[in-house]
Amino acid sequence: MAAIALDLPRSASPTWRRLKDALRRHPTAIVGALVLMIMILIAIFAPWLGTIDPQAVSPIRRLKPPSAEFWFGSDMLGRDVYSRVLYGARVSLSVGLAVAFFSTLVGLAIGLVTGYIRWLDAIVMRIMDGLMSIPSVLLAIALMALTTASIQNVVLAITLAEVPRVVRLVRSLVLGLREQPYVEAAIAAGTTLPRILVRHILPNTVAPLLVQATYVCASAMITEAILSFIGAGTPPNIPSWGNIMAEARSLFQIAGYLILFPGLCLSITVLAVNLLGDGMRDALDPRLARRM
Amino acid sequence: MFAYVVRRLFATIVVMAVVAFFVFSLLYLTPGDPAAVIAGDAATSDDIRRIRANLGLDEPFLVRFGGWVWGLLHGDLGTSIFTNLPVTRLIAQRVEPTVALTLCTLLVAVAVAVPLGVIAAARVGTWIDRSVMAFSVLGFSVPVFVLAYILILTFSIELDWLPVQGYRNFDEGVWEWLRHLILPSIALGTVYMALIARITRATMLDVLAQDYVRTAQAKGLAPHSVLVGHALKNAAVPIMTIVGIGIALLISGAIVTETVFAIPGIGRLTVDAILRRDYPIIQGVILIFSATYVLINLAVDLSYMLFDPRIRY
Amino acid sequence: MKSTLRRLAGFVVLAAVAALPASVALAQSQKVLKFIPQADLRILDPISTTAYITRNHGYMVYDTLFAMDEKFQVKPQMVDKFDVSKDQLTYTFTLRDGLKFHDGQPVRSADCIASIDRWSKRDALGQKLAEATESWSAVDDKTFRLKLKKPFPLTLEGLAKPSSNVPFIMPERIAKTDPFKNIDDTTGSGPFKFVKAEWVPGNKVVYVKNTDYVPRKEPPSWASGGKVVKVDRVEWIYIPDSATAAAALSAGEADWWENLPADLIPLLSRNKNITVKNIDPMGSMGMIRFNFLHPPFNNVKMRQALLYAINQQDYVIGIAGDPKNGNPCYSYFTCGTPLASEVAADPLKGKRDLEKAKQLIKESGYKGERIVIIDATDQPMVHAQSLLTLDLLKRLGLNAEVQAGDWGTLITRRAVREPPEKGGWNIFHTWIVGPDMVNPAVNFPIRGTGDKAWFGWPTDAKLEELREAWFNATDQASSKKAADAVQERAYEFVPFITTAQFILPTAYRSNISGVIIAPIAFLWNVEKK
Repeated sequence: MAAIALDLPRSASPTWRRLKDALRRHPTAIVGALVLMIMILIAIFAPWLGTIDPQAVSPIRRLKPPSAEFWFGSDMLGRDVYSRVLYGARVSLSVGLAVAFFSTLVGLAIGLVTGYIRWLDAIVMRIMDGLMSIPSVLLAIALMALTTASIQNVVLAITLAEVPRVVRLVRSLVLGLREQPYVEAAIAAGTTLPRILVRHILPNTVAPLLVQATYVCASAMITEAILSFIGAGTPPNIPSWGNIMAEARSLFQIAGYLILFPGLCLSITVLAVNLLGDGMRDALDPRLARRM
Repeated sequence: MFAYVVRRLFATIVVMAVVAFFVFSLLYLTPGDPAAVIAGDAATSDDIRRIRANLGLDEPFLVRFGGWVWGLLHGDLGTSIFTNLPVTRLIAQRVEPTVALTLCTLLVAVAVAVPLGVIAAARVGTWIDRSVMAFSVLGFSVPVFVLAYILILTFSIELDWLPVQGYRNFDEGVWEWLRHLILPSIALGTVYMALIARITRATMLDVLAQDYVRTAQAKGLAPHSVLVGHALKNAAVPIMTIVGIGIALLISGAIVTETVFAIPGIGRLTVDAILRRDYPIIQGVILIFSATYVLINLAVDLSYMLFDPRIRY
Repeated sequence: MKSTLRRLAGFVVLAAVAALPASVALAQSQKVLKFIPQADLRILDPISTTAYITRNHGYMVYDTLFAMDEKFQVKPQMVDKFDVSKDQLTYTFTLRDGLKFHDGQPVRSADCIASIDRWSKRDALGQKLAEATESWSAVDDKTFRLKLKKPFPLTLEGLAKPSSNVPFIMPERIAKTDPFKNIDDTTGSGPFKFVKAEWVPGNKVVYVKNTDYVPRKEPPSWASGGKVVKVDRVEWIYIPDSATAAAALSAGEADWWENLPADLIPLLSRNKNITVKNIDPMGSMGMIRFNFLHPPFNNVKMRQALLYAINQQDYVIGIAGDPKNGNPCYSYFTCGTPLASEVAADPLKGKRDLEKAKQLIKESGYKGERIVIIDATDQPMVHAQSLLTLDLLKRLGLNAEVQAGDWGTLITRRAVREPPEKGGWNIFHTWIVGPDMVNPAVNFPIRGTGDKAWFGWPTDAKLEELREAWFNATDQASSKKAADAVQERAYEFVPFITTAQFILPTAYRSNISGVIIAPIAFLWNVEKK
């Protein structure tokens, strides 16, 4: 008897079907997904889209407005803004996706465990509180000063700041799911803790986590821009939408295109990701709207 | 409830201790040297070494940490390495602008966003609803500094309605004080507004579908008092949660806003201190940040009792 | 803390009561000059640091014995009469009448002697003077004497040194502080008084006119002449974001911006109420500095190779934006000053020869070692140079990379002598103001004293020998010859490479007049309507 593990159906497949169904009813989400796809494709195929070396300087040709030679104009060192914006998509999207991925992974792991194990919960939540009370900006600057400005440091700093949010979400989900009858039944049948977590609780967290991940991705891209503004972002010779704007910030009145193009790309992408998240959330479970 | 508050306060101290140790260690490991900054560009390695010795930066970790904690227990946050002014004085000078900015932003955000969310929920599916949602999503998508520049360009330079930068103390005249806070509050508050509007709408939608709301409507209560008297009160809890979580957002955003608008607040104090490796200031400020953050969350949790009589600690 | 409580109480007071802006009426009767400084004032001790912002603060609250005028001549400032003995070994100085410190105490010989002593312990030129000094003695309260062991032709130039470190005169009790420790007390005898109670580091510095100051009668010329203050109060408002600073100046929220980035010139020039001007005749010199301890730049051929490849025109435009704001400078001394010349400058000045550069690189035996350029992204002029150099090194086929951080990280890292893999560096860039590069005495990057040299630690006995020879030159002609010899050796040894000379313009509103043309923004003589 003890060896039988109740094999309850995972909620995975109905979810995906529901998702596709509901997405069809939420066109904004489709638009969001499409735009995101386009941005990712642009990032991947940047070298073949009429770009030149984004780091090639040419001081003679600095600060030229958009023209046939420089489609988006040239910056203060004569670099081609169009090329930088396209290559910048790589960094900005990588940061967004990496942060979303890692923060979800880490947050999930921590949330699952603490939601389930009571005594661990109190300690971990206090640490999460402490982590949340240190603004990500300060963390990022400290990390940058500790080693050097790099994409990895930026991802690390933003992930550390986003993990508590994910942990909170997972934890509240786990707390709710723990009381479900089928979980109690599984415990009664002698299922081990890891199995319970993986087979019963985990699948039910996937949907809300996915939605949360999109918001984290969007927020991370904006945070990267803010960090670049402060000077603790990705190293500026490798372009990202954030640091193109940050480098050009004193010139916004005379060479506004330097901020316009990367800003537009950033805003459109973040918008798209947010719309996608909203759509997915409404499709999967409108009640989530209250918590996210 | 008293026991609850005491327990939470105790937890606060634990959190702060953890944060203090973490921050101190992080700074200790950070290879920045305030002595090098003090010595200036033309200095030699010898100069830097002597200045370092004078500042006591060569002493072992535990000695420095111990010294700092000891001072802490006496209410002394140490002295700035650069300006030789006590950290408490530096922070006190900069508290008012940041508090003023944050309060204004909070007030503006809540005052604008909550009604917007309520209206959107009441008129769900109409163009009003859609525009509120559009605004909400847009609010997330523009970085604070870009918004700040656009606001300055429009309202300060082109229209000349509002000042470009700076902060005026409250005791120098309320009108000037307010004028200097309008643009920064809008810039900083937009993200906050977007978040609150969205949560308010979602929560209201949820609540409005509840039975007791239908009962109230059936009883003949005016829709407006149904909304505010019944629905909003029940929606208050999640809204307050977001307000609490959003404080961290505010502090991050405040740093940028203070830089662009040249507001002498704590955000900028901290960034400058980090860039110069003025350790005592960094340690002092982060400690205060975390204490504030945790205490605000405690206040938010306690406020739940106001809104939801079912919640009792 | 009490004032914070008071302020918080103010929050609660009803708006109606607080609506009257009480301070406005008072402010209108005072002339307040609002100045946006180049940096944030943090350190109040101009001897313990060479930071230019602290030097500028020094000029506000202190005075000097001698000062340099616009023709590079030494003029007495606090000194009334002075006498040099025939054998050039004894100098006697007599102070002017009426010189007082801000606390009301008269300036005495003892104060001057103690201040010079403290200065000479930190400043390089001061150290050289101290080596040649036998004694300083006070004859009476207003007269004092310097006895030298051997003639030191630069004595008066040293006492008139315009830029860091400036031999400011402080009260004896303050001057007795360890020169490696920051002073707190800003009592001086200068034309302004520092209002410490209103100082908000990172935001505002406040000075008021020193009504007891007795200016000289001559018209002002650089730091010399009469320092007549024509405003009641000066506020230094630090605005970290240059876009905001430009907007503030345009809107009249500030009167004078010390240094604006060249790119904002067209924007501010469009404004009828703003004058954009180059008041600095000497500008600043950008430079590439090598690490002489580690490969590949410990090899002289590698350094010489760059001389043939660096195109100063690129750096002029990259740093200064508009060619009007900069020019190439093929000298190791500030162009436009007496000792600047183009002796031996052909490698840098002639037609760019990348082939020759690559040839020299090969001859140096370069094995593909990684070249680490440390960069400070928050310093636009350093950052631009880093990227330009990176681009050049890559075009030469070198394995170069930029490691970015902020200025604080850079100046910490450049003090590290370890190899680059262990946290060291190969190249960094910086810029130095003109007055600090005019001659072999003040020009600190050109020293080849190894361990005791500036970061990079070049060792070259020949360079030092020629520098000593310059110190001993007695007249103008031999001084120029000696300086040329130094430069010739510098082009062989390459302690650093000048990238460009650029001028940071200043901008002030039309109601400001009396701005002194000088390498430093002096705030006396300035009027505000």
